[in-house]
Amino acid sequence: MSGAALDPRTAPEFPLAARKMLGDAQLRKNVRHATDVIQAKRARVVEEMPDWQALREAGRQIRSHTMENLDFYLEEFERNCTRAGGMVHWARDAEEARQIVVGLVKESGSDEVIKIKSMTTEEIQLNPALEVAGIHPYETDLAELIIQLGEDQPSHIVVPALHKNRQQIREIFQRTMGLPELGERPEDLADAARMFLREKFLRVKTGVSGANFLIAETGGVCIVESEGNGRMCLTLPETLIAVAGIDKIVPRFQDLEVLLQLLPRSATGERMNPYNSIWTGVDASDGPRTFHVVLMDNARTEILADEEGRQTLNCIRCGACQNVCPVYRQTGGHAYGSVYAGPIGAILTPQLQQMHHAQSLPYASSLCGACYEVCPVKINIPEVLIHLRHEVVEQKGMSAEALAMKMMGVIFMSERRFRAAQRLGRMAEAPLVRKDGQGVGWIDWLPGQLGGWTQVRDLQAMPKETFRDWWEKRGKDGR
Amino acid sequence: MAGDVMASSPAKAEILRRIRAAMGRTSTPDADRVRAEWSGLARGYRRTAALGREAVLELLEDRLRDYDAHVVRVGAEDVPATVAKMLSERGKRRMVVPAGLPPEWLPSGVEFVVDFVVDEGMTAAELDGFDGVMTGSTVAIAETGTVVLQSVPGQGRRAVTLVPDYHLCVVPVEDVVETVPEAMARLERTAGLATTFFSGPSATADIEMTRIKGVHGPRFLDVVLVG
Repeated sequence: MSGAALDPRTAPEFPLAARKMLGDAQLRKNVRHATDVIQAKRARVVEEMPDWQALREAGRQIRSHTMENLDFYLEEFERNCTRAGGMVHWARDAEEARQIVVGLVKESGSDEVIKIKSMTTEEIQLNPALEVAGIHPYETDLAELIIQLGEDQPSHIVVPALHKNRQQIREIFQRTMGLPELGERPEDLADAARMFLREKFLRVKTGVSGANFLIAETGGVCIVESEGNGRMCLTLPETLIAVAGIDKIVPRFQDLEVLLQLLPRSATGERMNPYNSIWTGVDASDGPRTFHVVLMDNARTEILADEEGRQTLNCIRCGACQNVCPVYRQTGGHAYGSVYAGPIGAILTPQLQQMHHAQSLPYASSLCGACYEVCPVKINIPEVLIHLRHEVVEQKGMSAEALAMKMMGVIFMSERRFRAAQRLGRMAEAPLVRKDGQGVGWIDWLPGQLGGWTQVRDLQAMPKETFRDWWEKRGKDGR
Repeated sequence: MAGDVMASSPAKAEILRRIRAAMGRTSTPDADRVRAEWSGLARGYRRTAALGREAVLELLEDRLRDYDAHVVRVGAEDVPATVAKMLSERGKRRMVVPAGLPPEWLPSGVEFVVDFVVDEGMTAAELDGFDGVMTGSTVAIAETGTVVLQSVPGQGRRAVTLVPDYHLCVVPVEDVVETVPEAMARLERTAGLATTFFSGPSATADIEMTRIKGVHGPRFLDVVLVG
């Protein structure tokens, strides 16, 4: 994987990208191991909650209610955050968000920033924009640091470097931190990151973060993390800039009692992650003196406008659907060509692209439903996948496939035409049916456009006699 | 400046317009209606304790240890001696404490050589020079092994409990609840304060999903449960 950012507008179609990834045995082994471990941990801590289903239902209702009243809650958040000394900015799209952040960093007088892991800033490709403006971003989450130093791209929402194993991480750290003697135990690697970043935490005056939850009732922001790098970035700098999608709103402080139970158990399989921070505006004696929130749309309102796709916005970015997905577990995240990979990526990415790009992603699924089962806010991902497939087909207009389906419809309407078609089919397929020992009665190659079917599966030859023929014959002979 | 942003942002007007159009409305929904709808959301999950008090405290101890924290439970009169013992076992000499930490928790006497320095807005670099920090707490959640700090006297600024590598936290048993909802209900009155939940020492699982202790926050955590 090169350092080129994951961009759904230019990424290859999923089947092509996936085929390439399937050839990378090391990557598949790493992804399989990591997702196995998280799944087992998640299952254990979900099992011990007798009210898990009630929590999921509450989570679903809170998120749906929020989306239905999003304008109300966004304005309430802005009022309360502003009253507490925060400054709220609005960005219609990624470009506007990047401009605002670059401007605010410059205004803070800093030419470097420390960053908390944020998929939203990955979505808008903030780092390249900062660099163009002469601002150096330091990623501080261990996984994001691995990605940044390795000039790689995130492959998972929660554990972005999940596709790298300890030897590969050691190699990156040895090379980029100048530590030829570095060991490969996870403890050694974490220590190296601690040493590398400590000085930056104490020196850099401006922090950039995402947000897990924006609390409308109080104007507060909540960030959930493990390492303490988040606390460093949002406590020590003089200026803090949080970039958040407008979907990150929750109505009230009390709603966190649901989401802070669902998120850690689903995301990392912990009863609670090591650190949660909640802060409201600016506190003169504690933390940054200047605090900005950038509320970004970037096509979220397009998703809101689609009644069937709307539930996509309920996502709280736990990544459980990725860990459980039989497709993601084979291909890893990069094949999706977006920072949002796996089942949630397959529905979120094309919708964020307003269905202009990434149209192959709704097909990157076997519709097995495992993602729906683990989703902590009960997003019916398979339902949305089917809905989006429909959109893609509609968009393509009258294709050869659609035309063929129409003809099938005409044939199926009349018994006479149906029987004639069956006879014709049996004659036409004859030269294609294998008669050697490799698979008698199977077709493994079809010509032209039909070849799409046999590329990945075999087709059984039509039976010599149809049921109708057999039935009629039986009627005559049996009497 | 904040006022300007609020009043004049064309981006804000456009985003709100898009939301209303998406929902087939022309104006923001009525506040009373939204409040009523929120009140009607299903909350069928556990919101009160199911265990007895002793079981709750045992659960907290168990869960904290599970996260690799060191936990002891003592009577109020034994706090100073326990603190002295913990600090000497760990070889801690210079501790920072927030203003307002109950003085009766601190060990004293001629044989005791630890310096307790009160934070009066130290820089991060100054905090980095201490061996550890000692604080009280607001509430603790047994089911998740979580302790909650707020920026109040006795718990201090967030930086103070973040930069030093060792944290000794005193938790009175009356502040221990069983479930997350009970804790959030207690925090609601002071929801505007800077609040930090910690569950064990700093940790990461970013390398092959193996949870290892200690990245940037305090790598060592002792909890003294009092009462």
